[in-house]
Amino acid sequence: MRFLELEKLRQCFPILDKKVHGMPLIYLDNAATTQKPAVVIDAITDYYQNINANIHRGAYFLSEEASRYYEEARTKVQHFINAKLAKECIFVQGTTKAINLVANSYGEKYITAGDEIIISAMEHHANIVPWQLLCERKKATLKIIPMLPTGELDLTKLEALFTPKTKILSIVYASNSLGTINPIKEIIKTAHSFGVPVLVDGAQAIAHLPIDVQDLDCDFFAFSGHKIYGPMGIGVLYGKEKWLTEMPPYEGGGDMILQVSFEKTTYNQIPIKFEPGTMPIPEAIALGATIDFLNSLDIPAIRSHEENLYNYATEKLATIPGFKIIGTAAHKISLLSFVLDGVHPHDISTIVDGAGIAVRAGHHCTMPVMEYFKVPATTRVSFGMYNTFAEIDALTQALLKVSKVFKR
Amino acid sequence: MNINISELYQELIIDHGTQPRNYHAMSDANYTAEGFNPLCGDKIKLYLLIEHDIVNKASFEGAGCAISTASASIMTEMLVGKTKQEALDLFTDFKKLITTGDDTCTNLGKLLALASVKNFPSRIKCATLSWHTLDSAIKNKEAIASTEEF
Repeated sequence: MRFLELEKLRQCFPILDKKVHGMPLIYLDNAATTQKPAVVIDAITDYYQNINANIHRGAYFLSEEASRYYEEARTKVQHFINAKLAKECIFVQGTTKAINLVANSYGEKYITAGDEIIISAMEHHANIVPWQLLCERKKATLKIIPMLPTGELDLTKLEALFTPKTKILSIVYASNSLGTINPIKEIIKTAHSFGVPVLVDGAQAIAHLPIDVQDLDCDFFAFSGHKIYGPMGIGVLYGKEKWLTEMPPYEGGGDMILQVSFEKTTYNQIPIKFEPGTMPIPEAIALGATIDFLNSLDIPAIRSHEENLYNYATEKLATIPGFKIIGTAAHKISLLSFVLDGVHPHDISTIVDGAGIAVRAGHHCTMPVMEYFKVPATTRVSFGMYNTFAEIDALTQALLKVSKVFKR
Repeated sequence: MNINISELYQELIIDHGTQPRNYHAMSDANYTAEGFNPLCGDKIKLYLLIEHDIVNKASFEGAGCAISTASASIMTEMLVGKTKQEALDLFTDFKKLITTGDDTCTNLGKLLALASVKNFPSRIKCATLSWHTLDSAIKNKEAIASTEEF
């Protein structure tokens, strides 16, 4: 991306004008959440100023308008991930909720005592704990695809994990703490050859890779709106029609029913079956606006800009004494997890914050990954479309200051 | 607001944070406790030898940032010679120092070096982890001490 194009893009994001501790904000925690363009913020304001009504239940103008915008947003999601049908896209709170929905609903119907569930060694806690809870309830077993020192999965061990008892495989597309992009299509093909459906945790991948759920042939795909420059509190569970239709409701409430009596309740069709109560309607509509915003951009140029940022950062940060990258997979999203010899990530984070730079320090909700690499925590920088090379220079200077403070 | 990094990471903190004192297990400890900060994964194990209500020896092990390590290191130095109640009172005074900035308590000594933690709200739990663990050890609580109080 040319300098002027990048400047124009940055102007879409009001927060980038903010000063932190008197310094211009340098936001490098995009894997946790991305900043929002004005069009997304405006979509939420516009909803409350001009459209606000509850959906699917009022025979009056505003409610019909709100319902129409909400369903239009669903159609935008459908095209964004190339789902076959709009109703295969369920609005949920976010990736975590999506995984919990499948673990509970699919788990309720298909998992029984002695069954097996496969996940990988690099999962976020959100793709571990819901399955552990399910295993506890159903007396099922969790099996783990092992990892290599590069931070890649050891897929030579994959086939041996499948047995006739395997009921689902749930796996991350791109790791939030290592950056590793897993060969997800290949993994899905292997799982399907054993007749096992696959849930893809797309929380990180959605921001950096083109997603085509039909091409991947995944059975479920989960992502959050706030990691693609959209609002918090809204995300999507994609599921193949067959599964979503067969699966029982996860949560009961209004809207998700056809008829309720004290003797028997019949449930609504998908997607409404899985959207009980009043949903975050403005957020869903603003997610639609987010997708419009992304579609208006030159996405291939942005992807290569992010890749250039990643390569530049890898090169620059390597000059810092004691710098070591955790996770050196051949294919990574634009995310760098690292340690500095003798300095704890929290101290790094506090010191660079003094220069207005936001980076993430901690275990990134992947304690098993930290355990594998024998580090208590890492510092993580993750890039978004609006980051600049100058920001990486500033980060390098700030990290050199860390070394100075700690006399490294 | 500009923040002053060098005020937080002063010489004494870097010294204790990178070369902690009393950093070892203790085989004859009669009061021990573990502490854990679930937000950042910091862990500590505290060992105390308390005889006739007086702390005779204090040591710790664990992985943490410079702030939590320095706080634990200074704590183990200061505990020796104190009664259990005096140790707990010091925690109260220290908590007051780093949450309100009140530095009028006369017994704080080296802990005053941690006063500016007050300006870094996300780091207060780092500074108090070892002290919550002390509280657990003295009160013989069975659960692992946590910085998360509900």
